[in-house]
Amino acid sequence: MNCGVVVFPGSNCDHDCLHVLKHVFKLRTEWIWHKGGQDLSRFDLIVLPGGFSYGDYLRAGAIAQFSTVMKEVISFAESGGKVLGICNGFQILVESGLLPGALTQNHSRKFICKTVSVRVENAQTPFTQKCAERSVLNIPIAHHQGGYFIDPEELHRLEENGQVVLRYCGPAGEVTDEFNPNGSVGNIAGIINAGGNVMGMMPHPERCADPAWPNLDGQLIFKSILHSCQNGVSV
Amino acid sequence: MLAKIHVTFKKGVLDPQGKAVHHALSDLGYKEVAGVQVGKYMEVQLNGISEEEAQTRVKEMCEKLFANTVIESYRFTLDSAE
Repeated sequence: MNCGVVVFPGSNCDHDCLHVLKHVFKLRTEWIWHKGGQDLSRFDLIVLPGGFSYGDYLRAGAIAQFSTVMKEVISFAESGGKVLGICNGFQILVESGLLPGALTQNHSRKFICKTVSVRVENAQTPFTQKCAERSVLNIPIAHHQGGYFIDPEELHRLEENGQVVLRYCGPAGEVTDEFNPNGSVGNIAGIINAGGNVMGMMPHPERCADPAWPNLDGQLIFKSILHSCQNGVSV
Repeated sequence: MLAKIHVTFKKGVLDPQGKAVHHALSDLGYKEVAGVQVGKYMEVQLNGISEEEAQTRVKEMCEKLFANTVIESYRFTLDSAE
């Protein structure tokens, strides 16, 4: 299995993503510089990591969506390749149209950096198949622009199609306003595209996947992707 | 030619900055303020195209880059004197 981690000017979670894939999961992993110009078909998974690509200028992900590599990532996704966008990666995916909706400034106007609980709403996706349905994962968030927004009609379609993958929740899985850190509609923390091969999530699974740390909930996301690539399973 | 572009949130999208600025104005005693929207203003210098072409091209720039049309709306004017 071949993994690629895209690096934009300003990406800063690229090292953590590479570390987890290459050193923890022992997968062939390489950097993909944003200037593009390479054939991405040899990859099974492409990760758009967190950070502040292009300084979040204009809007987070607004400029990165036009980096040359994104044309190639879009083709890769259209051919069925798996793409995981984490935090700024999720922002880039919605700006580029690979995922629907938008990510807005946190309602509190604060940058929030803490571990939150998310409930797995769909454990049938290539990114969550190693999770139990409705299980609760504790994963850190660190963002200022994480409020997921989509209009009510499209939200309904997303829900009906099982495209909502993760929701912010309490320790017992309760999905309420109290546990919504950023004002996301429906407490949405992660979604997949209609094709089921592109996922965006605001929490950082790569920050809780190294066995040196006590919390390994993030490993379930990577284990799911590994399992689905090895077994040719798709949604 | 100068394109002057305004981008603001669509109605129905929460504007936390706008609300914060509204509260600040209220605290300063400007109770007559009913609402505040904080948006973006961009100036773009254009050379070598007609006003008609600029109308089309600047609209494209707004749709593609300056505004995220899921949550933002835009308007612009073209000033050929500047």
